Amino acid sequence: MAGLELLSDQGYRVDGRRAGELRKIQARMGVFAQADGSAYIEQGNTKALAVVYGPHEIRGSRARALPDRALVNCQYSSATFSTGERKRRPHGDRKSCEMGLQLRQTFEAAVLTQLHPRSQIDIYVQVLQADGGTYAACVNAATLAVLDAGIPMRDFVCACSAGFVDGTALADLSHVEEAAGGPQLALALLPSSGQIALLEMDARLHEDQLEQVLEAATQAARDVHTLLDRVVRQHVQEASILLGD
Amino acid sequence: MLKSRTFLKKTRAGGVMKIVREHYLRDDIGCGASGCAACGSAHEGPVLEPQPLDRVSSLCPQPHYLLPDTNVLLHQIDVLEDPAIRNVIVLQTVLQEVRNRSAPVYKRIRDVTNNQEKHFYTFTNEHHRETYVEQLQGETSNDRNDRAIRVAAKWYNEHLKKMSAENQLRVIFITNDRKNKEKAIEEGIPAFTCEEYVKSLTANPELIDRLACLSEEGNEIDSGKIIFSEHLPLSKLQQGIKSGAYLQGTFRASRENYLEATVWVHGDTEDNKELKTAVSEKMLKPTGRVVGIIRRNWRPYCGMLSKSDIKESRRHLFTPADKRIPRIRIETRQASTLEGQRIIVAIDGWPRNSRYPNGHFVKNLGEVGDKETETEVLLLEHDVPHQPFSQAVLSLLPKMPWSITEKDMKNREDLRHLCVCSVDPPGCTDIDDALHCRELENGNLEVGVHIADVSYFIRPGNALDQESARRGTTVYLCEKRIDMVPELLSSNLCSLRSNVDRLAFSCIWEMNHNAEILKTRFTKSVINSKASLTYAEAQMRIDSATMNDSITTSLRGLNKLAKILKKGRIENGALTLSSPEVRFHMDSETHDPIDLQTKELRETNSMVEEFMLLANISVAKKIHEEFPEHALLRKHPAPPPSNYEILVKAAKSKNLEIKTDTAKALADSLDRADSLTFPYLNTLLRILATRCMMQAVYFCSGMDTDFHHYGLASPIYTHFTSPIRRYADIIVHRLLAVAVGADCTYPELTDKHKLAEVCKNLNFRHKMAQYAQRASVAFHTQLFFKSKGIVSEEAYILFVRKNALVVLIPKYGLEGTVFFEEKDKPKPRLTYDDEIPSLKIEDTVFHIFDKVKVKIMLDSSNLQHQKIRMSLVEPQIPGISVPTDTSNMDISEPETKKKKLQK
Repeated sequence: MAGLELLSDQGYRVDGRRAGELRKIQARMGVFAQADGSAYIEQGNTKALAVVYGPHEIRGSRARALPDRALVNCQYSSATFSTGERKRRPHGDRKSCEMGLQLRQTFEAAVLTQLHPRSQIDIYVQVLQADGGTYAACVNAATLAVLDAGIPMRDFVCACSAGFVDGTALADLSHVEEAAGGPQLALALLPSSGQIALLEMDARLHEDQLEQVLEAATQAARDVHTLLDRVVRQHVQEASILLGD
Repeated sequence: MLKSRTFLKKTRAGGVMKIVREHYLRDDIGCGASGCAACGSAHEGPVLEPQPLDRVSSLCPQPHYLLPDTNVLLHQIDVLEDPAIRNVIVLQTVLQEVRNRSAPVYKRIRDVTNNQEKHFYTFTNEHHRETYVEQLQGETSNDRNDRAIRVAAKWYNEHLKKMSAENQLRVIFITNDRKNKEKAIEEGIPAFTCEEYVKSLTANPELIDRLACLSEEGNEIDSGKIIFSEHLPLSKLQQGIKSGAYLQGTFRASRENYLEATVWVHGDTEDNKELKTAVSEKMLKPTGRVVGIIRRNWRPYCGMLSKSDIKESRRHLFTPADKRIPRIRIETRQASTLEGQRIIVAIDGWPRNSRYPNGHFVKNLGEVGDKETETEVLLLEHDVPHQPFSQAVLSLLPKMPWSITEKDMKNREDLRHLCVCSVDPPGCTDIDDALHCRELENGNLEVGVHIADVSYFIRPGNALDQESARRGTTVYLCEKRIDMVPELLSSNLCSLRSNVDRLAFSCIWEMNHNAEILKTRFTKSVINSKASLTYAEAQMRIDSATMNDSITTSLRGLNKLAKILKKGRIENGALTLSSPEVRFHMDSETHDPIDLQTKELRETNSMVEEFMLLANISVAKKIHEEFPEHALLRKHPAPPPSNYEILVKAAKSKNLEIKTDTAKALADSLDRADSLTFPYLNTLLRILATRCMMQAVYFCSGMDTDFHHYGLASPIYTHFTSPIRRYADIIVHRLLAVAVGADCTYPELTDKHKLAEVCKNLNFRHKMAQYAQRASVAFHTQLFFKSKGIVSEEAYILFVRKNALVVLIPKYGLEGTVFFEEKDKPKPRLTYDDEIPSLKIEDTVFHIFDKVKVKIMLDSSNLQHQKIRMSLVEPQIPGISVPTDTSNMDISEPETKKKKLQK
């Protein structure tokens, strides 16, 4: 049997998208009243929820407090029902820990932590349904949640994945495309400055092709930014109507 | 622009799993017709012609497009490939189904789609908003796909109506499925079967022959008696393979005897061992029965038509040139014109109540026995790509007049001042190597091997590179050369001709007078060869006492070093084997062979060879050092000891001992095996030893651990010296260029899986090229003996078989079999002894290496398989050997063939 054709001769991917097209993105801010900030995002079938607390005093051991900036604490978990086969542990495994670290790195680069020395910012992200690009969905949800909490940031952090098939770079990989085993790149971008908050790739890719893939990921991240920006503006508008301005 | 719709899918992976996938429906997919206003802004350019009027069909006089379903595409691809069929819409649904069912057809349809003149358009209907169809409850996926195809056909007709009402452009649905056709007509879609449509094309009657005959009536002639037992269904096969009840393997029919075949069982050797012990111990190999066929390996076959006896009959049998393939029943109206021609036929199917498979005519090659046609057949049968280079390939060649520019000199050394010369066989136009040798100030010698820099012209990944990679090697036939790269490169720009500046890749050593390498250096360079010599000319210069110019001194230096190198190599255990090689003297007008000549070996041959070996080994070391994981190397595995049995036994019968423990022992014992009374014995032994060897193969260093080259007794080896005629060398050049910093790398070069794939293709091409060369020699030998008539020659027995002797005629380098059992003659008494290898015929005993006299003649009783027949003349055995004077025997009389009656 022939395997799945990831990119047809006519330039369509398995799910009908073209190489550079994103999946459908839907997002909402302020989903929980109790938290300082929260957001929910759907990128195709990948669904993630982010909650932010802080900045507040350091909880637990005071020794962890940093004298010059705030501590960013990130926790990632994935619901047991998020994947096709039911997961045993929702969090605490190696993959979740690693993802938490990556998120922390990303947001330490984006949040203006020096404004809140000796305090802590908690970001909790949960993936409700996983269909590829979980890191990107988490970052995008967390960005909205941080904005919702009103924590000052340098810029939006917009993330997107990209892959490489038959000499073409594909943006925003779905689970089928990720499972095919090609190189996969995750990028978190600060769109207005073009700075990269995080870049990760764990397969071999020739250096000549890296630029092309990076370019595709950057473009996709900018597209994500346009969409997130629209969501934020709409949310603010709604909030201001409620306030009766 | 995006509409998302999710659908559910169940798959089995241990248990039931629910998979949710997104499926986007779009509204920006164009219909592909040019001039369509609605789809004008669509992404794809228009592919279909606005006025497809070139086809006149009596069924549908209006201009129309065709829309075939999956089965039509799968089975009638030969018709669709015909230039008369244009403007076809291939649906994505259809394409995906084809892809899952037949890889070769999928590749062919993709090639057709890429051909702009064919106007084939692939419509992505599964992602189009208006043609997407969801599977209904209780509907099979086949039915869904059929419905999807009909929906798309309907959409097309309505869409085209909108485009221009007066134009009446229509889409005709082609299907062979009766139910599907009825449903389509009900829904108002014009639908025909493939046969109906092709028959309606009054302007192209020859298309009918290309139709695959799949209809039920094709099998009528048979009485319905089932000849073959039914195969098991695929699901049962897979179960059986999993549980170990059945074994999966590749079927390989013997090239010599079509009734014999071996099956190479896949999987680990453990299984095979068990199987072996299970069968009785007397049998050397386990035997089995075919229970099912997982995948067929059909291809179009060359051969001839055997016309039916009934004059009006349209069904005829076709006899393929490949004896392993059974005869094929085809239907044609042009039998009388096709008689005596070489034709190509494809198999369509094999009903179980038929003795022969059904097929259809594809192409006419030309008259049988004609040299052009036979060469074509030979190339086709050996799968040698020999079409002229495409325009895309030729467009990548440098523009003439070409010269070396300043830019090319970057990373390149100017070696034009060196006294370089090339030594090649006479008439050679693709000179890929040149040599030089000079004395340095410190008394040492500098030796350089300069190889044409083909990788400068063939850049990785472009059409030229892909084509040469596909061809893999230049194929040398007796009077023809099938180039791997276009002629402009092979015979001009890359050929290191004398007195012109040429780009080269140089390997330069500093050696002392004992031929020990002190320093090795690789560089891209520019050279200007001072002379292109033949082996004979070079030899003459070395031998002549009067000539003392720089070229000659250089040659003498090289010759001296080569002798030392050769000695050292042989001491290390390199083998010098022998195979009878012949060259044909061609008549310059008719290109018919007029004489044969065995290749002569001169000192200069081995001089060039020695330095090429040295360069190859040096380069192999360098690239392996630089790229331990992805160097392209060549290895020659040591043969298993059982291979040598025949050689040892044969030598024993002549009271000689051959040791085969190591290559060195073999080389030494071959050197010692001399007989004063029988000087040719040594050559015969070496020929026999050659037959015991394994094939040398290319491989990727990251995929293997054993690098040893047995024949050359070198721990590492590669091919570097003939980039004009071997693709492996081009890859090696690229690797070396990266290693010395003269060129940049590219992704595929450092991907060991891609490299392993390249190696696999190269090994296959090399093997096929070898077979094609042998077949070409055989064909020319036949032509030669056809003109020469019957001759008697001395021969030596090379092998003894149960019912025949294999003999070698040194004068022609010709090998043949003398059979002692014939159909209509009484059988002689034959006693075969396996231990000594000997055959006793009546009262005469034959051993290996015995000298005999045989009569050679051309047996043209079978037009398709003309062959050289040999019969024994001396020693005389009454009733078996033929008298020397046989000129009055009529051998051209064709044998009357027994006609088999159809039951």
